Amino acid sequence: MNDAINSAMNNSIKGAASPAAGAGRRAAGGAKLLEKIMNVIFTICGLTALAFVIVITVFLLVSGIPAIGQIGLFKFLLGQEWRPTAAEPLYGILPFISSSVFGTFGAIIIGVPIGLLCAIYISKFAPRGIGAVVRDAVQLLAGIPSVVYGLVGMIIIVPLVREAFNLPDGANLFSAIIVLSIMILPSVISVSETAIKAVPKEYEEGSLALGATKTETVFKIVVPAARSGILASVVLGIGRAIGEAMAVMMVSGNAANMPKLFGSVRFLTTAVASEMSYSSGLQRKALFSIALVLFIFILLINMVLNFIIKRKKD
Amino acid sequence: MQNKISNKRKAADLVKNVLMYAATGIILLFLVFLIGYILFRGLPNITLKFLSTKPSLVRDTVGILPNILNTLYIVLMTIIVVLPIGIGSAVYLNEYAKNKKLVKMIELATETLAGIPSIIYGLVGMLIFVQFLSFGTSLLAGVMTLAIMTLPTIMRTVQESLKTVPDSYREGALGLGSGKWHMIRTVVLPSSIDGIVTGCILSIGRIVGESAALLFTAGMANEIISFFNAPMPNNAGSTLTVALYMYAKERGDFDIAFAIAAILLVLTLIINLAAKLTADKLKKGGTGK
Repeated sequence: MNDAINSAMNNSIKGAASPAAGAGRRAAGGAKLLEKIMNVIFTICGLTALAFVIVITVFLLVSGIPAIGQIGLFKFLLGQEWRPTAAEPLYGILPFISSSVFGTFGAIIIGVPIGLLCAIYISKFAPRGIGAVVRDAVQLLAGIPSVVYGLVGMIIIVPLVREAFNLPDGANLFSAIIVLSIMILPSVISVSETAIKAVPKEYEEGSLALGATKTETVFKIVVPAARSGILASVVLGIGRAIGEAMAVMMVSGNAANMPKLFGSVRFLTTAVASEMSYSSGLQRKALFSIALVLFIFILLINMVLNFIIKRKKD
Repeated sequence: MQNKISNKRKAADLVKNVLMYAATGIILLFLVFLIGYILFRGLPNITLKFLSTKPSLVRDTVGILPNILNTLYIVLMTIIVVLPIGIGSAVYLNEYAKNKKLVKMIELATETLAGIPSIIYGLVGMLIFVQFLSFGTSLLAGVMTLAIMTLPTIMRTVQESLKTVPDSYREGALGLGSGKWHMIRTVVLPSSIDGIVTGCILSIGRIVGESAALLFTAGMANEIISFFNAPMPNNAGSTLTVALYMYAKERGDFDIAFAIAAILLVLTLIINLAAKLTADKLKKGGTGK
């Protein structure tokens, strides 16, 4: 369809160049030139996204690899201690990697069930008005800046966690998990809702006709049928959680420890952010290497996401 | 009929229903609490002086005028930079591109851009714009960074609305002897104006809420920058979000942080409402196909 239109368009461009009269020919020549120029301009615009991805990758590789070479890949990735300013500096980022992984995992454990239940409710059960209200609320949650979540986390969640678990300081992995699980809700809810709504009505009707209740039908037929879309929403949530920096920085305590649920931790994102302003030399270079590791994580997550979406289409 | 369902099944249904209501209720209650709490703590601290002055160490006063101005500058400049490129690439993908492999690659690149965390944008923006192109820590460097970050948003929404423009419009214009660019300029783009507006609003929302990408590109300065100096290199300035972070985390000044949070929240509400209105219009326009 599109190809047909394209070729029709091309013919018309070619056709525009063939009027006979002299003045007409000059004007048509100008038009033809303009068409050519615009074609080039649009092509350049079209290629910018691709160019940006390449530039970002190149800059991250060029600035991230040297420090890894200097420190040693295994010492860097698997080293359990990050002490860049000690007399004998150590550059192990396993604490950051594992904190990011645990933090993200925790956020998924808490956020996905809540988000999924909400998505099921608004897509299948909620009266039209209530569904619309919840959808707007979720949109609003998505729009609230991450520093605002961080601020509220600092003032409400951190003291609450400190009191509830009787800790000296509430800024820890657990607080970060709570904040992150709220922040991933919008992606989980909106993508799951779309997936649930896309399940053919016949599935539902078949199940209802066999005597299953509405709730049984939705939970045992519709939701399983939408599982790849729901999985995509979970992967999207993972991407959100692992990439969040500011809110995590404000509630996680930010000490470079191996992760403990009630211990102060530093994520990959916050490791980059917290030392960037004052670091120099190998320490600064190592921060770029951390960003490179984070970038690779994100690329892997994107690949998984693409794989799920592609499999769904097939 | 209802009686034929065993008690076990009834109980299972009940549990699931309760869980659904509970999850939805928790989310709604949380949002109401969040909005209420921020406005309650923030609004009393917003005064005219707070909004219209810059911070002064001598007089020990805090004002956020520089941050408001910086936010406006950055929003305006980013949209000016990203809009033509975003529309151009959407038009390319929808109207010009013939090579399917290339289109797939561009779409994959766009998705990748959309998934990159803002802290990485901040870092790369610092490497490219602040250092490599020597813009210095400046609004300009922040703007260029955010332009890359918001490109996928603009591209996607414009592309969506280009797709809703019926092919018959195009065929009509071409059949009347119009050139391709002339057709795009006079028929396709005007019909997709709602998508362009929606893309702008969504991008503005993203820019206003962004902080991690700006911390190391646009900097943390709180000086007033004049309109004409804003696009120049080496004019650093913090937006509202970055200022909130600095007041809360670095200085522990929570009254000011909540005042800024309240302003940001109101902005978010307005942007969301605007996005909803234009998106609704877009949907209605789309059904005319």
